[in-house]
Amino acid sequence: MPDTQALVNDFISKLKKRKIEGSQATAKQTAELLRSVISQTRVPYTNQAAALIQSVKAVGERLIAANPVELAVGNVVRRVLHIIREEDLSLTTAAMAGLNLSAVSDDEDDADRDNQPVLSAAAIAAASRSTLRPPSLQTLLEDVPDSAAIPHTSSSGGDSEGKSKSADKSSRSRKLKHDVIEAVNELIQDISTCHEQIAEQAVEHIHQNEVILTLGSSRTVLEFLCAAKEKKRSFRVFVSEGAPRYQGHLLAKELVTRGLQTTLITDSAVFAMISRVNMVIVGAHAVMANGGVIAPVGVNMVALAAQKHAVPFVVLAGSHKLCPLYPHHPEVLLNELRSPSELLDFGEFSDCLDFGSGIGAPLLHVVNPTFDYVQPKLVSLFITDTGGHNPSYIGEMYRLFVVSARGEGMNFKSEIMRTNCIAEGNFFGKLEDRKSRFL
Amino acid sequence: MGAQKKGATARVSEDQEELARNPLQAILLADSFATTFRPITLERPKVLLPLVNIPMIDYTLAWLESAGVEEVFVFCCAHSKQVIDYLESSQWSSQPNFSVTTIESHNSISAGDALRLIYERNVIHGDFVLISGDTMSNMSLTQVLQEHKERRKKDANAIMTMVIKKSKPSPITQQSRLGTDELFMAINPVTKQLLCYEDKAERSKGFISLDKTLIADNPSIILHNDKQDCYIDVCSQEVLSLFTDNFDYQHLRRHFVKGLLVDDIMGYKIFTHEIHSSYAARIDNFRSYDTISKDIIQRWTYPFVPDILCGSSAIKVERQGAYRASDVTLSRSAHIGSFTFIGQGTKIGNDTKISHSVVGEGCTIGSNVTIEGSYIWNNVTIEDGCQLRHAIVCDGVIMRSGAVLQPGVILSFKVVVGQQFVVPAYSKVSLLQQPTQQDSDEELEYADNTSGTGELRSDKLNGDIATDLSETAYELGTGGVGYIWSVFEGAQDEEWKHSVAPIPTDKLVKLMLDKDEDEEQLTQDGNVLSASGELKADSDDNGSEDDDNADSRDDYGFFEKEVEATFLRAVHENVKVDHAVLEVNALRLSYNMASVDCAGAIFYSMMKLAVESPHHSASELHRNAADIITKWQKLLKSFLHDIDEEIEVILKFEEMCLESAKEFAALFPQVLHLLYDKEILQEDAILRWADEKEGADESDKVFLKSSEKFVQWLKEAEEEDEDD
Repeated sequence: MPDTQALVNDFISKLKKRKIEGSQATAKQTAELLRSVISQTRVPYTNQAAALIQSVKAVGERLIAANPVELAVGNVVRRVLHIIREEDLSLTTAAMAGLNLSAVSDDEDDADRDNQPVLSAAAIAAASRSTLRPPSLQTLLEDVPDSAAIPHTSSSGGDSEGKSKSADKSSRSRKLKHDVIEAVNELIQDISTCHEQIAEQAVEHIHQNEVILTLGSSRTVLEFLCAAKEKKRSFRVFVSEGAPRYQGHLLAKELVTRGLQTTLITDSAVFAMISRVNMVIVGAHAVMANGGVIAPVGVNMVALAAQKHAVPFVVLAGSHKLCPLYPHHPEVLLNELRSPSELLDFGEFSDCLDFGSGIGAPLLHVVNPTFDYVQPKLVSLFITDTGGHNPSYIGEMYRLFVVSARGEGMNFKSEIMRTNCIAEGNFFGKLEDRKSRFL
Repeated sequence: MGAQKKGATARVSEDQEELARNPLQAILLADSFATTFRPITLERPKVLLPLVNIPMIDYTLAWLESAGVEEVFVFCCAHSKQVIDYLESSQWSSQPNFSVTTIESHNSISAGDALRLIYERNVIHGDFVLISGDTMSNMSLTQVLQEHKERRKKDANAIMTMVIKKSKPSPITQQSRLGTDELFMAINPVTKQLLCYEDKAERSKGFISLDKTLIADNPSIILHNDKQDCYIDVCSQEVLSLFTDNFDYQHLRRHFVKGLLVDDIMGYKIFTHEIHSSYAARIDNFRSYDTISKDIIQRWTYPFVPDILCGSSAIKVERQGAYRASDVTLSRSAHIGSFTFIGQGTKIGNDTKISHSVVGEGCTIGSNVTIEGSYIWNNVTIEDGCQLRHAIVCDGVIMRSGAVLQPGVILSFKVVVGQQFVVPAYSKVSLLQQPTQQDSDEELEYADNTSGTGELRSDKLNGDIATDLSETAYELGTGGVGYIWSVFEGAQDEEWKHSVAPIPTDKLVKLMLDKDEDEEQLTQDGNVLSASGELKADSDDNGSEDDDNADSRDDYGFFEKEVEATFLRAVHENVKVDHAVLEVNALRLSYNMASVDCAGAIFYSMMKLAVESPHHSASELHRNAADIITKWQKLLKSFLHDIDEEIEVILKFEEMCLESAKEFAALFPQVLHLLYDKEILQEDAILRWADEKEGADESDKVFLKSSEKFVQWLKEAEEEDEDD
């Protein structure tokens, strides 16, 4: 236990000092940390799920508070909580089936929580997971050999069910923890392979002789473009440099070493160039429940330019970036202001200081926000590791991942309820819309 | 940019290997060894003062930790107990890979003493970072460490690397930003070696002298006035032993750096490292406290900004740089302006306006309060209708309704300001009485170095409040508690320089004027330097003469007064004639006058003195004049190099007799004779004067006529001489 505590503190201090960059790395490390927390947690004989949930939640809250801007942390915490509940549920169902639905006295708490409606919801979730991908991509992915993430999950679920049927109650306690750790391992696996998962879909979207525009640097985008290149697609890439951090420069260099025809442009040249572009592909920092995107600063401008010229605007995001929160939610910290020195040297800044001004404060303010918010209506398509989705489908998709997070999770119940309403209400209309755009 | 970053990470890994062998150490001086933050520092050490609601030392430690320092020795002196208690209870005591060790001392009075003590402890094993606990930075140490190490490999004498930063080379920047004086550095641009380091304070009028061997040894030297000293040094072990060897080194810059630069026997060298994009600054006085708070709020110190650094409560940055904790109770009509920080649990009433300020935790602010550019610490109560402008208000202060703080006020802990009381500008108010005598030595630490006496004081304090209530009441209005510290003689004019309030416009204008004067002088000196017949300079002078003429009248008036004052002082204090000559000469140079003017002015003052000293009859007056002239003839004589000047004296005397000292009118020939006798005036001069006057108007001839006999006598004497 103490060594986990040290690990947690270490990770928190890293998060606080913004030493971990990129949501994938953060998500992966969070999942790994939670795995060790789970493995270190001592489970009581009864009600082990609650104990696990409690310890994960305690750590999770601290992690989220450490860097509220990095939404991936919260997402992973929620996914892990979901995993615990789901595994618990499947064990309980199995037990109940085995015991002919006779609830044992000391199992009452679990049984109370896992009552019929939820069970059915979970069943629906499990069922719908296999049909998660829209039909058009389903066919595609079945051809791809290692798209086994989802079948794998379901098979493991089935596996555990099969095992737990024969298992008696005393072995269940060890079983749950083991299952949960197994499932978290899968989550870690998912997170670390999400680039490949997304990249596999590249050939579907990038066609011969197309011009692709991207802004800043995203590893997902890099992999995506390279995957298309490897499939012998020939296309050109415009990279917008992404001031003030100029990560686009890095991306351009990287693309050139992989043999892609690359053009580097300034951010302000995006509008001028967009008419020559066939598709905009950008990475995201987080995807909100309404389908809005939080992305590096400058992306909103690109999205508006793309809309003006009717260029498809595609966002690549691993499923750990899906967030059950709304951008207008007061708890969501959407942006972070970084140091003005990325724009202006302090020496240069001091040239502009005029101390004669009455209040004593400088007249020059340098503001350096990290992120942009892109409205869902500007996004044509999301490509996640589970396939391509319309923005309005994002909430629904999240529900399928974490449906049983339930009210007692982290007060996201209302969020998810709303998500469901909006997503279901819009889904079919938008689907048509999307088809007309892409097909 | 990205490429740099990659490079940096590569270096980090290299450095990490090196660090594994020898953990990077730092010495943090948690004591400024100065009294600039009095009276606040009488009760709490400077490093624990909140800067945008976080103790200063936390910024420094957070930076050291993130910069890869593994072992920090915190040297505590004043209020050491408070510092140690704070560090033990804070997060820093339980960090992995980052150890904070405190070193306590009760009798160190300077940074030099501190370093000597640390040397005795023998805890530093390699290169270390030397920093004081009031320095903010977000720079990366890897590069400067690397440079330092490489230099050390080549030259074992390179024992220190100073971090410097560019700042606007305006005459008033240093003053108005950080409240420090202008700084001149001479740096070799190739090797970055520091060759000269001069504070303006120590050398008046902006002159610095460079040793000519420096120019001989270095192919090029750049003299900077646009650099700011960040007070972050990377030092080798030798630095500590040097302090021990030279036990008179007290101040890091004034003694140590200058000592090394001057000393060419040991040949130790100091180098500089300039930072560009990162931030570093030291809080030296109230003005830099204000400036750096603003820089932090504007996020120059990112990631060491309140919303990230503050662990306990969630602080959000809102539009226009407004920082607000999660549970602030804000009235609907309260107006929180830009660049403002509001801490946890603070309540703000109706129609209150706050801008460019920091309000700490648990404060209660009433209605219709105006707070502008002020720093309010924790648990402060401000009642309705108060006004605060550019003030610092410490923990637990109570301001009764309608109280007003004028710019530059400092209210120390738990002061109570009475109703409707106006605290005058730049006053410092404390519950503790002002220490009766100022330490003669500037270097001396706070009056009570040991925490023991500090506690005693606070015990005594409670009694004081009760007994002295009646006495203090009138100082801060009805119900007020606290003493207004009186400003020391002479320091009064300096008060505005270091206060939190922006420099008043008139002072700013004065600063600029001073600067112009300096520059003028510098250009003049330039002319002197290039005196080898630079036509341009000469023609310039001629051209400007006409313009100057108008001014020169006034100038002469001032000059005359100055000379008179100097002369009177010389008379009263019995200054030696040689010294008086020197002083008058200095005045002549500074007012750019000729020796003719000096002679006139001195003569004028002598006569004036004679008139003013008590006398009853003309003969007494004559005796007075004779005494003075006899005594000071050498002074006068030293400015009379030729006949023209002597004539000037006569003309001056004439003028005086007509205008300011009519008593002399009757004595004119006698005095003239006296001057002749004393060989102050030659007969040629008098004769020439007489010749000149010959053709003048009748009215001008009054004195010529009165001294006709004397002139006649002189002429005859001359003829006799010729006859001989």
